[in-house]
Amino acid sequence: MKGQPPLSPRRGRILEGLLANMAVVTAAARVLGSSRGLGQDGLLLLRRLGVRGLAISHPQRQQQRFSSLDDKPQFPGASAEFIDKLEFIQPNVISGIPIYRVMDRQGQIINPSEDPNLPQEKVLKFYKSMTLLNTMDRILYESQRQGRISFYMTNYGEEGTHVGSAAALDNTDLVFGQYREAGVLMYRDYPLELFMAQCYGNVSDLGKGRQMPVHYGCKERHFVTISSPLATQIPQGEDAHPGPAVGAAYAAKRANANRVVICYFGEGAASEGDAHAGFNFAATLECPIIFFCRNNGYAISTPTSEQYRGDGIAARGPGYGIMSIRVDGNDVFAVYNATKEARRRAVAENQPFLIEAMTYRIGHHSTSDDSSAYRSVDEVNYWDKQDHPISRLRHYLQSRGWWDDEQEKDWRKQSRKKVMEAFEQAERKPKPNFSLLFSDVYQEMPAQLRKQQESLARHLQTYGEHYPLDHFEK
Amino acid sequence: MAVAAAIACRLLRLRAAGAGGHWRRLRGAGLPRGFLQPASAGEDAAQWRRVAHFTFQPDPEPLEYGQTQKMNLFQAVTSALDNSLAKDPTAVIFGEDVAFGGVFRCTVGLRDKYGKDRVFNTPLCEQGIVGFGIGIAVTGATAIAEIQFADYIFPAFDQIVNEAAKYRYRSGDLFNCGSLTIRAPWGCVGHGAVYHSQSPEAFFAHCPGIKVVVPRSPFQAKGLLLSCIEDKNPCIFFEPKILYRAAVEQVPVEPYNIPLSQAEVIQEGSDVTLVAWGTQVHVIREVASMAQEKLGVSCEVIDLRTIIPWDVDTVCKLVLCFIGCFLSYDKIMSPSFIHYMLNATPRCMFWNT
Repeated sequence: MKGQPPLSPRRGRILEGLLANMAVVTAAARVLGSSRGLGQDGLLLLRRLGVRGLAISHPQRQQQRFSSLDDKPQFPGASAEFIDKLEFIQPNVISGIPIYRVMDRQGQIINPSEDPNLPQEKVLKFYKSMTLLNTMDRILYESQRQGRISFYMTNYGEEGTHVGSAAALDNTDLVFGQYREAGVLMYRDYPLELFMAQCYGNVSDLGKGRQMPVHYGCKERHFVTISSPLATQIPQGEDAHPGPAVGAAYAAKRANANRVVICYFGEGAASEGDAHAGFNFAATLECPIIFFCRNNGYAISTPTSEQYRGDGIAARGPGYGIMSIRVDGNDVFAVYNATKEARRRAVAENQPFLIEAMTYRIGHHSTSDDSSAYRSVDEVNYWDKQDHPISRLRHYLQSRGWWDDEQEKDWRKQSRKKVMEAFEQAERKPKPNFSLLFSDVYQEMPAQLRKQQESLARHLQTYGEHYPLDHFEK
Repeated sequence: MAVAAAIACRLLRLRAAGAGGHWRRLRGAGLPRGFLQPASAGEDAAQWRRVAHFTFQPDPEPLEYGQTQKMNLFQAVTSALDNSLAKDPTAVIFGEDVAFGGVFRCTVGLRDKYGKDRVFNTPLCEQGIVGFGIGIAVTGATAIAEIQFADYIFPAFDQIVNEAAKYRYRSGDLFNCGSLTIRAPWGCVGHGAVYHSQSPEAFFAHCPGIKVVVPRSPFQAKGLLLSCIEDKNPCIFFEPKILYRAAVEQVPVEPYNIPLSQAEVIQEGSDVTLVAWGTQVHVIREVASMAQEKLGVSCEVIDLRTIIPWDVDTVCKLVLCFIGCFLSYDKIMSPSFIHYMLNATPRCMFWNT
């Protein structure tokens, strides 16, 4: 057959068999008096065997009219029906994927069957983690303003997304974050001392003072160190790079570890190519991973209307073959329920889940940002006053009789005191020794780096008075 | 069918024309005979450029690693991967088209032998491949990622430079992706043109935290690849694609290691040091013998092997003794790793820094 790709041996055999069958069918048709030549049955036989491009010329064939619904598509790329009406699929952004919630804005359970009915102790831990984080944020933000630390990012308004999801995971589930997930570490009891140490870059910092503040990491608590480039954690964890999160999930699956990986990122980071890569890899390689998108309305100054045109991030999941849900991120129980179920199924079924938690970034992007330049104070106040995860949970606690104003006052005082103590201690500690500039580049220190390290030491011996060596550990 | 006919016609014309004569061969390209370029009658033969000229020079059979087998470069790579997967149950190989054996046949047979959860295809996305590999390595498992051509490594540049290279440093050694190795076919092959011929090691040479290795032969490739896989730092292993078939040597069947960051003095000499890596090593070996024959100059030939961290001591020690050093490079003339070495060598010669 001219112009056709050569048939493989297997298809060649099918073709022979088919021609034999067709000969039988044709003969039968003639005997039975059908004037339709090959007939529908013969054609159906042809289609079912999936042989392409057979240029059978039969004198009566051109006169046949075949309904397009009779023959099924054979394309390897999609399993779908034919349609003979030209119609574009309309992206549905007017009424997009609905937002799952358990509590209303006043903290009242809407549908009792969705109430996770968590014990008092656990719910109080939610509340205390969120409020302690809030207190730490206020104090560290101020400390940056006073020049004590170089930089800070607050988590105002998003505490529910951190704590609700962290609570639904096992403590050994690996977390790949972006940079606004300190509440996850807080829930996992990361000590205030270490939060402060990293922000101050002092000698107690596990990261050895190498990164900007809020780039936390903790091996013990299975929280992979934050990196600045966005979305890079996504393929990994398969962080702002989702790929690595996915890789870690694949390795966990191979190890039968009964572990899930969770990868947090914002709606802005979801625009990165790495997010696309991560989603696609997770789905094709069947990885037990939860993609948790904090859609907080802004990527620095870029509102969501300039970040995407589709129905947010949740709508992308099905495009990759990923189970997806959108939740009210300010409702800590909704976040908890969704993450819990996603975790159970991700591990049981080895497939990724996408949770888009809708929330609002009440604070500025960071201490280098003043958001009044691109949004109104009224808008911010609405979220702070009318729909805040901490308030909603407090209303819930109070309505259950588990919390009251007295306890609230005490706890505020106590949490502030704890934070201030850790803060003052962190300030007093020196910075790590300067020789740590050169270690951990490779596992072993190569000769060239050792020479540079020695060269710096000699330089400081001679010119040390020009450097603030007193601030550094000897 | 049409393709078969075309090949048959060419072969007939071949026979008619006779063996040498008008036919220009892509020397060293290792291509099947059907691809000989015909020299049309009446055309000036000089118009036909010799696209790639080098002769692969095999090393003597290594005796210290046990039984050897004749292998070309891609078979040596397969052997190294086979050894790794056998020894390390966490090791996985992934990339585009690796499942059926790879476009350069480096992973033939491995999926059948070790299973589809260990040797598998990924979607067509280099940033995803490397990112995914980093994630596997972060958990401590061994990840061997294949990038189909070094020319396509650039989408993964961010993952390599900003993530892989800095993972250990930025986390204060809490986390690392040292068990990641990235392999990619590298360098000119004669017909590869812009996007199947690149040698991007210079881009990575600037980046501390990773190791970049380029072998010159099958024996070197297997030993260096095994060292990269076992090394506790993320490594990029560039495989000269022109050598995949053209380079054939006796290679040990059992695993063995060739150390990283150690240059090899292939030939001793007393007047000039010649340094190169990958395919070009064979060119400079030829140059060395031509220099001896025609100019009476005795050349020392060094194969750098590891580009970063490079063996400064070996190169500088030898350069100290000699009149000069020629760094040989067959690629783009704009600032390359050669320029960095040229800068570094006098410094280490005169100031011993």
